[in-house]
Amino acid sequence: MNADHHYVLRLGDDALIAAQRLIQWCTRAPALEEDVALANIALDQLGQARALLTMAGELEGRGRDEDALAYERAESEFGNVLLVELANGDFAFSVAKMLFFGAYQNLLYQELSASAEPTLAGIAAKAVKETAYHVEHAALWTVRLGDGTEESHRRMRSAVDEVWPYTHELFTGDEVTEAASIAVRPESLRPAWSELVDEVLTDATLRRPEDGWAPTGGRTGAHTEDFGYLIGELQVLHRAHPGARW
Amino acid sequence: MRHNGYSAPEPPGAAELLAEVEATAKDGLDRGRAPLGPGEHTEDELLAHFEAVVAADEKIEPRDWMPDAYRRSLVRQLSQHAHSEVVGMQPEGNWLTRAPSLKRKAILLAKVQDEAGHGLYLYSAVETLGVDRESLFQALHEGRQKYLSFINYPTPTWADAGALAWLTDGAAIVNQVPLCRSSYGPYARAMVRVCKEESFHHRQGFDALHVLSRGTKAQKRMAQDAVNRWWGPALAMFGPPHEQSTHSEQSMRWRIKRYTNDELRQRFVDICVPQAEVLGLTLPDPALAWNGERGHYDFTPPDFDELRRVVAGDGPCNRQRVGNRRRAHEEGAWVREAAVAHAAKRREGVR
Amino acid sequence: MSETSEWPLWEVFVRAKRGLGHLHAGSLHAADSRMALHHARDLYTRRGEGVSIWVVPAAAVAASSPDERDAFFDPAADKVYRHPAFFQLPKGAEHL
Repeated sequence: MNADHHYVLRLGDDALIAAQRLIQWCTRAPALEEDVALANIALDQLGQARALLTMAGELEGRGRDEDALAYERAESEFGNVLLVELANGDFAFSVAKMLFFGAYQNLLYQELSASAEPTLAGIAAKAVKETAYHVEHAALWTVRLGDGTEESHRRMRSAVDEVWPYTHELFTGDEVTEAASIAVRPESLRPAWSELVDEVLTDATLRRPEDGWAPTGGRTGAHTEDFGYLIGELQVLHRAHPGARW
Repeated sequence: MRHNGYSAPEPPGAAELLAEVEATAKDGLDRGRAPLGPGEHTEDELLAHFEAVVAADEKIEPRDWMPDAYRRSLVRQLSQHAHSEVVGMQPEGNWLTRAPSLKRKAILLAKVQDEAGHGLYLYSAVETLGVDRESLFQALHEGRQKYLSFINYPTPTWADAGALAWLTDGAAIVNQVPLCRSSYGPYARAMVRVCKEESFHHRQGFDALHVLSRGTKAQKRMAQDAVNRWWGPALAMFGPPHEQSTHSEQSMRWRIKRYTNDELRQRFVDICVPQAEVLGLTLPDPALAWNGERGHYDFTPPDFDELRRVVAGDGPCNRQRVGNRRRAHEEGAWVREAAVAHAAKRREGVR
Repeated sequence: MSETSEWPLWEVFVRAKRGLGHLHAGSLHAADSRMALHHARDLYTRRGEGVSIWVVPAAAVAASSPDERDAFFDPAADKVYRHPAFFQLPKGAEHL
């Protein structure tokens, strides 16, 4: 198994699917300023996806580029975590996803920027700065919604409770993370992540949910029903014109 | 995100327009005109001073005295412009999730984001006239204020996104470059910033179409079909002919607007013909022909009856576009309220 | 729309690099100063490095009156540098 290739591919898939969900807020954000902010975050994620998918293709050595990987794989071949593929829900739900995922990514990229593999280190160094901004953005909103009105508190509390189970997959290692020479062990990121998330939730007057149900499967291609629609939409035009250049 | 790997050559005429923008940024600065001096002034004196400033191509700034009608005209024109940027995110926004390559996805996303930013710059400019942004949103949602007519047409294929960018951003640039010389300072400054970014958008549309027209048969057909559908709406963007345009005369005297609709439309056609040739696509007008005497291309004017109907609200997508804005605003209210409530709680309240 | 969902206006000043002063870049709406700064970075600097941003509530900006220079400053400086008269969009008027 080409573990390095699989490892980088997953990280690229995480960013790609996160970007696709953020893009769905375009023209629909609660304020114009927020439309700009979310598009910026989506652009960052898309940039990370492109760099990581390109690198994964090179590691694979079968001539697949970023588009072949993004548009010509079946759902079961994507290795993103389930958290990023969840439908956007209301703004609070999207903020919860952004906070939990962004905090994980930022810690991950901090570790990867010290990688002995120079391409990966370079991608990660840029992504550390970008994801620091994403976390700040999500934290600002978590606090404002959590400690805002009764309605926003209720929605943010639900959002945190509903997204929480999906965070466990972020820190679950497997044969790929064990075998890949360039991998950061995801379990190692959990303590720092926990500390950051706790701080934000406290400031937001929200309770940290209890750990319980911990769905996984994304890393091995067992995705949610929503994912089928997401991938269908992403790939439909590209697949309708096989071999075409754009 | 600025992409430099264009596959198409530079569209003919684009560099000249950008050079004009750069030139206007240096103009319009105060040439040391004597101020009115302290004390009370009659309305006649104020008006005379105002008109002298405008006639000398200098800028009126937010705190300057201005005739009510000038202010009303500016509010109307700037609001419409701001609304057009924001509502204008939707036709191309329709293709973000389905963009056929990651490069095109990123380019399109950057463009749509820019449009939101332009809307914000322009709303900022209107607010200097003492209008509250919220009331402008209400006017838009209730149909009392308008936006550019082409936005009311659908984008059923990917090629529509490219054709729309090439043609309507092209038309917008032709319209906006003179606005960089607008008499109202905040508007002129916003226009310089907007124009520079819009030339990037226009280039991207041109590039996207160029690839299609040199691609598969299906891609080429898609591109030509889209151009056939967008040519009319792009021409109509310049508004009705000068003599039918209610506001133009006054706007031109006050240098809010610098050229007539007809002059701008002609300039646009003259620029598009060579660009279409480079693209390898045809413009859907059998009457399009160079007229040596006039030094311009002859062309069939757009259907102004259709323009009237679309402006009045009966275009294919008006209700959908405005409905989307209204819904986004209403559904976002609880979020905005939360931020306000939070600020008050943490004793940040600034009002 | 309810007043409680309206965000106040902030003016944004940006210093692009060392050696320059802060220049007025434009305005935006935000509920508090941290969000205003955060959005200003997105809107006016696209998050360029080494840039300094100031945000000021528009209501806090004091302005001198126009057409007065040097010795002729009016001692009663006005509060807002935007147009003094608030403009109401008339309801029911089309094509305004």
